[in-house]
Amino acid sequence: MAQLPNIQENLSADTFLRGLWEENPVFVMLLGMCPVLAVTNTTMNAIAMGLATTFVLVCSSLLVSLLRNWIPRQVRIAAYIVIIATFVTIVDYAIQAISLELYAALGAFIQLIVANCVILGRAEAYASKQRLSATFINSLGMGAGFTLALLSLGTVREILGNGTILGFGLFPADFQPWVVMILPPGGFFVLGAWLLLFNWLRLRKERGARELLGASANAR
Amino acid sequence: MLRTLGGIAMLSGLLVALVYQVTLPIIAENQRVLTEQAVFRVFPGAVSKRDFVITEQGGLAPAVDGASATLVYGAYDPAGRLLGAAITGAGPGYAGPVKVMFAYDPGCQCITASKVLSSNETPGFGDKLDFDPEFLENFKALDARLDTAGAALDNPIETVKHGTKTQPWEIDGISGATISSNAMGQAANRAATLAVPAIERDLAWLSQPN
Repeated sequence: MAQLPNIQENLSADTFLRGLWEENPVFVMLLGMCPVLAVTNTTMNAIAMGLATTFVLVCSSLLVSLLRNWIPRQVRIAAYIVIIATFVTIVDYAIQAISLELYAALGAFIQLIVANCVILGRAEAYASKQRLSATFINSLGMGAGFTLALLSLGTVREILGNGTILGFGLFPADFQPWVVMILPPGGFFVLGAWLLLFNWLRLRKERGARELLGASANAR
Repeated sequence: MLRTLGGIAMLSGLLVALVYQVTLPIIAENQRVLTEQAVFRVFPGAVSKRDFVITEQGGLAPAVDGASATLVYGAYDPAGRLLGAAITGAGPGYAGPVKVMFAYDPGCQCITASKVLSSNETPGFGDKLDFDPEFLENFKALDARLDTAGAALDNPIETVKHGTKTQPWEIDGISGATISSNAMGQAANRAATLAVPAIERDLAWLSQPN
């Protein structure tokens, strides 16, 4: 039998940073759109949702990575879902214990972390194949990237839609808030604007690299 | 295969049970503090509260722990005198039920304050239920008098169109947030219809200092 290529990743800064930028779950992979659009109407909600998702992501990835040699391939998805659901239930109780108001604001989206494809995707594509340390760093990066994305949506929406940030007023009293921004359509507007910005930056970088290549080819 | 799945299930069950046990008292305490804050907010002078349930005979009884029925909270000042009773009700709003706590004052047989406990109303509109000074004016002396039989409200509380309030049992709606103001009126009417007859029946016993 032919030897499989070694797919174990060596730890580097890139293991962590990839999740923040190059493979950002929201802005690049467009995964987990449901909480991204639904609970980012305030900065606080975005932070709480991002941290909750990061916790579940890191814990479940660690457990999946730890058990990767014991979980049979045929039932791996079922096993992953049970593991993820366990940590979601833990987060659910923890948030209730921390603040019932926050729990009410996040609503059903805490339980829906179970079905968040960022987490299942990490378990299947990374944690089930990689060592524990690499998994920990990588999932932490992914979680940070997800939190960052939620935060960039939540902050913009709260500032425009409510004139506040984390509940503190930013504008004079006669500021007329742009209410549509905290309503569901605002989520789409802001996400679209961020995607536009990120894609523009990416295209510009690619074009720059191409021109550089072309210039060196001409010089020869 | 079965052994692995069983193992994972057992591990997960263990973890969940552990966390549940740890957080249960904290969550219950949070819940208690939250209702207490709401009661003290609608009765600014109150320092202690007692929980009651409405019995099947239409009277009040002290609530036992873990009671799930509608609760009535007696609010008392530092001298142990009854200030009134906090009652709760819900009405259908624009996006799901609007749950509200009202302060009922047996002295004037009227509602003297309100506080929205939970709602999904549109931000910028629903908030007005708690902060619009003109709207809150409605709940300073909202008539909730019982009829002569003492079993129902003499006049049902209802929300009317903005600027057409003529009676003390009417709520002047917010123009532009009609559905939310209607929900508030229905919540007040339901809360009062349910709780006021019981409060008035057991008033002597309720106002005994503890």
